[in-house]
Amino acid sequence: MEKMIAGKTIAVNEEGYLTDFSQWDKAVAEEIAKENNVELTPRHWEVISYLQGEHKNQVALSIRKIGKSNVVDIKEFYALFPNGPLKISTKIAGIPKPASCL
Amino acid sequence: MSTEYHGEIKKMMIILSKATLENVYAAFVLANGARMEGIEAEIFFTFFGLEAIHSKKLEHLHVATVGNPAMHMPTMLGGLPGMEALATSMMKKEMEKIDMPDIHEFLDILVASGVKLWACRLAMDMFHYKKEDMYEGLSDVITVGDFYKYGSGEGTHMLFV
Repeated sequence: MEKMIAGKTIAVNEEGYLTDFSQWDKAVAEEIAKENNVELTPRHWEVISYLQGEHKNQVALSIRKIGKSNVVDIKEFYALFPNGPLKISTKIAGIPKPASCL
Repeated sequence: MSTEYHGEIKKMMIILSKATLENVYAAFVLANGARMEGIEAEIFFTFFGLEAIHSKKLEHLHVATVGNPAMHMPTMLGGLPGMEALATSMMKKEMEKIDMPDIHEFLDILVASGVKLWACRLAMDMFHYKKEDMYEGLSDVITVGDFYKYGSGEGTHMLFV
């Protein structure tokens, strides 16, 4: 599937997750964030770049791992990305939705 | 803003009445999974379920080896001394492999994720437990009526474990 995001044609899956990370940039992130009612602050960007780093290193993301990351604790993670922090933050970061139940 | 309701789950009210490891984990995973999807979650601990939030007991929960057909173990064998401990340590090893937290850490994760933990007033009285005996993240000791009141509203589902 393709979707217009921030004036560009972006390849996404049926849930709206980017399928080609090379198409990701900050403007794309801003627009996906807005769709999910998240206003990005410097703290959000720190978490996003941490998630992208973990994905690059092929680490499976989970709430427990994020809690131990020393980047953000679980409580703040939920406050930054309400209504499903792991699925919303990864969508904004342009990486796949984690398949974890934890 | 439209408030039309399309049947989506908005809140999970989970009642945990047992303290065997497999049941406690089931309730915790369901509550945590709800929060991960943006669904509210609350757990009401009653009867033996209270052991999962009793500070001195929560580290010592066991898998049930008797009366549990899925263990594929003859009931007579399951009742032998040490069998429960053996099955429990095997299960804990497997859980560590899939990055499953232990009970105390899981409770911390649930509280940090915004899950409310309630203890049943009647069961607390029956077991002579006090609030200060319980896990520190416990929201409060409440009645069944309170729990139903907290569960009111559109899209609430109740689940008994």
